[in-house]
Amino acid sequence: MDESVVTAPPSAASPSAENGSGPEYDIRLIGLTKRFDDVVAVDNLSLDIDRGHFFALLGPSGCGKTTTLRMIGGFEEPTEGRIELGGVDVAPLPAYKRDVNTVFQSYALFPHLSIFENVAFGLRRRRVKGGEVRRRVVEALELVGLAGLERRKPRQLSGGQQQRIALARALVNRPRVLLLDEPLGALDLKLRKEMQLELKRIQSEVGITFVHVTHDQEEAMTMADQIVIMNGGHIEQSGTPTELYESPRTAFVAGFLGVSNLLEGTMVGEDRVKLSDGTEVQCPREALGGRTGTVQIGVRPEKLRLGAGEANSLSGTVAESAYIGVSTQYTLDTPAGPVTVYVQNDRPGGQVATGERLTLSWSPESTFVVDSQEGLQ
Amino acid sequence: MGFGFLHRHRGSTAYLLLAPGMLFLVVFFLVPLGFLAYQSLESGSIDFGYAFTWAWDNYSSAITGYGTQFKRSFAYAGIATAIALLVSYPVAYWIAFRGGRWKNLLLLCIVAPFFVTYLIRTLAWQTILSDDGLIVRTLTDMHILSPGGRLLATGTAVVAGITYNFLPFMALPLYVSLEQIDQTLIEAAEDLYASKWTAFFRVTFPLSLPGVVAGTLLTFIPAAGDFINAQLLGSTTNHMIGNVINSKYNELIDYPAAAAMSFILMAIILALVLIYARAVGSEKLTG
Repeated sequence: MDESVVTAPPSAASPSAENGSGPEYDIRLIGLTKRFDDVVAVDNLSLDIDRGHFFALLGPSGCGKTTTLRMIGGFEEPTEGRIELGGVDVAPLPAYKRDVNTVFQSYALFPHLSIFENVAFGLRRRRVKGGEVRRRVVEALELVGLAGLERRKPRQLSGGQQQRIALARALVNRPRVLLLDEPLGALDLKLRKEMQLELKRIQSEVGITFVHVTHDQEEAMTMADQIVIMNGGHIEQSGTPTELYESPRTAFVAGFLGVSNLLEGTMVGEDRVKLSDGTEVQCPREALGGRTGTVQIGVRPEKLRLGAGEANSLSGTVAESAYIGVSTQYTLDTPAGPVTVYVQNDRPGGQVATGERLTLSWSPESTFVVDSQEGLQ
Repeated sequence: MGFGFLHRHRGSTAYLLLAPGMLFLVVFFLVPLGFLAYQSLESGSIDFGYAFTWAWDNYSSAITGYGTQFKRSFAYAGIATAIALLVSYPVAYWIAFRGGRWKNLLLLCIVAPFFVTYLIRTLAWQTILSDDGLIVRTLTDMHILSPGGRLLATGTAVVAGITYNFLPFMALPLYVSLEQIDQTLIEAAEDLYASKWTAFFRVTFPLSLPGVVAGTLLTFIPAAGDFINAQLLGSTTNHMIGNVINSKYNELIDYPAAAAMSFILMAIILALVLIYARAVGSEKLTG
């Protein structure tokens, strides 16, 4: 896959109606490439981001997501390609001339300036009048729930508070797009969960397009209404969290977003795949996407039921079990390959011992199909 | 700030750790300083000996007799410090932000002159600035210097010598404070619509102030008391207060006058440093 064109469908509940509607994109990346010496960090990437969306760039470290963000922000010059912001190519413009603001991973608050002056920094550079500066800074601090801390210095604030100030400092300028570079990475788990919901609330309140870079799939799922999964400098797949989770199109996406059981098989009909042990599995026709030959079928562990009740089924012996509390996770050895299943602990004494034989079944609708790993090589 | 660490380690550990340093300071700084103060109030002569007589006129006559040299010392030191700052800042900036893997080598180059003694380095400037030397000839050819004009034995030569000799004391603290600046802060400033220059004046420079202050103090204070440069590169009309103190002490053996002048020099420097620190703002220095 050397070129990936993805269009985020306009959301019905787009909060950006006041900015004018229409097919206009906030950001349009066209054939964007970044090479560092011999390393291709971002490879011919094309992407359209609609106005008012909460967009997540998700991928493992080194997948090119941060480089992409830094190119949009103006901190990295693209080797090739265009970056359109509201229809204008900004690739030749320096960072300070772009209508984009960034929340940095390290927050990057100015240690020598008060919180007020930190938040006012962008407004002062744009020569906004004093009274207006005061009003907007206070408003921005209220938005992030930190009014009253104007006179403090950044070092007098906790990590979570600094994070919010960084957000206020960017949002106060009302940019066209807000870029967030793993902004929650330095927070502890509890605070991170809080901030995820908080960021989502703020985004829907201000209606600005957010582009959020993260390697945390749960974070992306919680916050974003559109996710782009990147790998090796290109886009693997893009869509809503539900689309990506329910119908991953590549083995990478299936494995990166949650847990998947992937089994090798061969197409034997329009909607049937024969697994390596001869079992035939029924899939939704649209999931096959015109594939032929060897494929991999996938099913999520929570979609598997104990016992034979559904159209597709497999049997195997329990190789491992792990009690998680809410559920128990079993790994089964089946002739078609290892399969993981989550069983709800909704009855006492429902545990299955290692070595016991189990039959699992699932519905064709829960089955997805990705290209065979062998086929790619 | 301050001595908060003493409270964290209640007991004697902190005091014990401080003891050797404190003892050193008492024996080699406070005691001689007291002795110098005592000496500055003596009167008499080398032939009949000196006696303590609360001779405050040592101070008044030092000021009336050598006011010019005092003023000249601070003027030369001030100009040399300013030039050293202007020359060192871009160098330190470049090494800190663009030096890459050459950083250590470049820093070594700044310190390299220290491998030659102070005296020899200053003597070398005599040759560099001499009347038939390359610089004087070039400047004469360019009509910057009038025919027969010279550099050696002028104030310019003394200031040049001081600037050169104290440059590393300016450059190194500047480098240290610039090196510590998180580059993301500069990116953040540019992200918030600051041009490269605005980002420099609003973020980089204010954050490098501790280095500027340390560098200027480390240059200005010893420069104000210096006498080697004026002695080797200047004439008697370029003498600084250091030259006067040196001759009073070593040639005329007038200890009380030399001691009084040392105290006046110290007092003025202390006053200037306090005014300077106030002007820059101690708040900014502690970040």
